[in-house]
Formats: sequence, C-alpha cells, structure tokens
Amino acid sequence: MLQFISQTMAAWVIPTFLFIALVYAFLKRVDVFDTFVEGAKEGFDTSVKLIPFLVGMLVAIGILRASGALDLFILILTPVLEVFNIPGEVVPLAIMRPLSGSGALGIAAEILNSQGPDSFVGRVASTMQGSTDTTLFILTVYFGSVGIRRTRHALAVGLLADFTGFIAAITICNIVFR
Amino acid sequence: MVNLIWFCMMFAGLMVAALTGRVETVTETVFSSAEKAVGIAISLVSILTFWLGMMKIIEKSGMINIIVAILRPFANFLYPNIPKNHRAMNAILMNMSANLLGMGSAATPFGLKAMQELQELNSDKETASDEMCTFLAVNTSSLTLIPTTVIALRAATGSLNPTEIVGTTIVATFCSTAVAITFDRLLRRFSRNGRKGRNG
Repeated sequence: MLQFISQTMAAWVIPTFLFIALVYAFLKRVDVFDTFVEGAKEGFDTSVKLIPFLVGMLVAIGILRASGALDLFILILTPVLEVFNIPGEVVPLAIMRPLSGSGALGIAAEILNSQGPDSFVGRVASTMQGSTDTTLFILTVYFGSVGIRRTRHALAVGLLADFTGFIAAITICNIVFR
Repeated sequence: MVNLIWFCMMFAGLMVAALTGRVETVTETVFSSAEKAVGIAISLVSILTFWLGMMKIIEKSGMINIIVAILRPFANFLYPNIPKNHRAMNAILMNMSANLLGMGSAATPFGLKAMQELQELNSDKETASDEMCTFLAVNTSSLTLIPTTVIALRAATGSLNPTEIVGTTIVATFCSTAVAITFDRLLRRFSRNGRKGRNG
C-alpha cells in the first residue's frame, strides 16, 4: 500500500511540475523554447565535468569489490549493521556523503550500476544521496566566502543532520520497499 | 579528507587483491569500471540537458517567486532577528526555493549572497552569527522536493521507475532538516562563548 502511494505520487510529481512550470511561463510571455535551449546547453557541460569524479570513484570501488576487500569490510561491520538493518553496501556512501558531493555521486553511481537501481540497496543509496547535502563543501565555501573563521556549532549540526538523514533513509526504505 | 579516503580505498583494494591472489582482476576492473563511469556520464547528458532547460524556464518566468511567498512565514520563524524585508532575507528565500526545486547550481550563488548580507548584520566578523549557523544547518541538511541528479542517475543506470525514490527522499530530508533546526537552536547558546559583543 505504502509502496503504491509512494509510486503513484512519484509518477505524478514530475508531469504535474512540468505542466505548471510551462503554463506559468507561457502566461508570463516567456519564449519557452528559446529559454529551454539556453538552459539545456549547460546539461552537457555539467555531465562531462562529472567524468573525472565518476572514473576515480568507480575504479576505486571496483577494485575494492573485485579484490574482496569490500566484502571483508562489510563482514567486519555486519554485527553492528544487522542491529540497525543497514545494508552493508551503502556504508562507503554514508562515509563519503558529507565530504564530497561528486565523490558521493560516484559511489552512488557504482552502487546503482552494480546492484541495480531498483534493488533494495539501490533504492536506499538513491534516497541517501538525494536527502542530504555535502556538509563540508557548504561549510568551507559559505563561511570561507565571507571570512568567518570560528564556525561554532555549524559542523556538529551538519554532521548530525547527515547521520539523521542516513538513518531516516534506511528506515523509510525498510518501511516502503520491504 | 577525500584524498585520504580515496587513497585508503585504492590501497586496501590493491593490498587485498595481492594477498588473495586476485591481482589479474585488478587490471581488468580498472578498465571496465572506467568505461562504465564514462557510460553513466554520457547517459546523464540526456536527462540533465532536459532538466536544466526546464530550470531556465522556471528561472525566467519568475515562478520561483511563488515558492518564495509560500516559504516566507517559515523563514520569519527561522530568522526572527533579521528585519523582514532585509536583503539577507530575500537571498535566503531564493536559496531555499532553489534548493527545494533541486536547482543546486542556482542555489549556491543565492547562498553566497545571503552570507554576505548576514555578515553585514554580524557584530564579530570572524565568528559565525546565530543566523549564519541556522542558514548553514538548513543548507547542509538540504531540504529538497525534487532530487534531480539522483533521478537522472537512476534513469542512466536503467531503472524501470527512476522517480520512485522521490517520496522516501522527501521523508528522509524532512527528518534531517528537523534535527538540524532543533539542534541548532539547542546548541547556539553553548557555542556563544568567546563571541565578542554578546558577553554582556
């Protein structure tokens, strides 16, 4: 039932959004197609810029997986992971997520590619990747841009939010997709 | 930090491969994984191209202002000490709206603008103000409605239903944002020590 609601909602989100966005822009007399093309050009650059990050991360995890090191790592963590129902495959993603956006995207891509995007692990990884942002990057760039040196409790709160997002992603996926 | 983790991943992989006698698979994996990575990036081109085109339409039509209007009461609650029509508030609202729509690249410039404005209201220029900490808490926990890149990535890796994780993502992101806001409020008074101008 929950999975049905979630899927129906998901199926409607994008088409509804596209419809409203287009009609609104048309009524505001925006040249919709010209504007679309102008923005779409950035899509190519963005994707191509990701290639170095994806190659670096997919190769590193690929070697971890092929050598058996990843299995070993998961095996060591199993007792802890089982208590919380955490699939071991997502642990590297959880570690990388607060540190590097492109790095985490690379790991998520590897998980989706090797385990399948529609597998349980694939869904958990997708939810984790989408639900929090790169704490360290935001802190460095935002505080750095205005010369703040004492960041007080911001890092602790950011990391706590990441951890909560991680646990929440696993919990909600266990409820919806199991 | 990322450098260290990447090094550890490569190091551990190569060591275990050598010890378990799987060295020949390493070379194979390097080539096949690199090829897969480029394949994924190329598949991403199609979806990101479409999506960024739509985002431009939303930006130009001013639809973002509707979301800004909806968020305003919420922002007034989060930042009670910022004057209501101050430039800082407007930048914060634009940043939140862009994040909600999954427009990550548009959110960053608004975010930087918001930080500049908040710095002008800040009494101690080297220490983060309460408002800055709240702003960062909301940003790092990333309140989002449409996780654009993940949907694109799922489609690129052959998902039958790339958007099925939208619902679960919204739940998870609400949890992390709620925790971020709560702990920001709880911790701010304890981290005020050493902050100039408020120790009166």
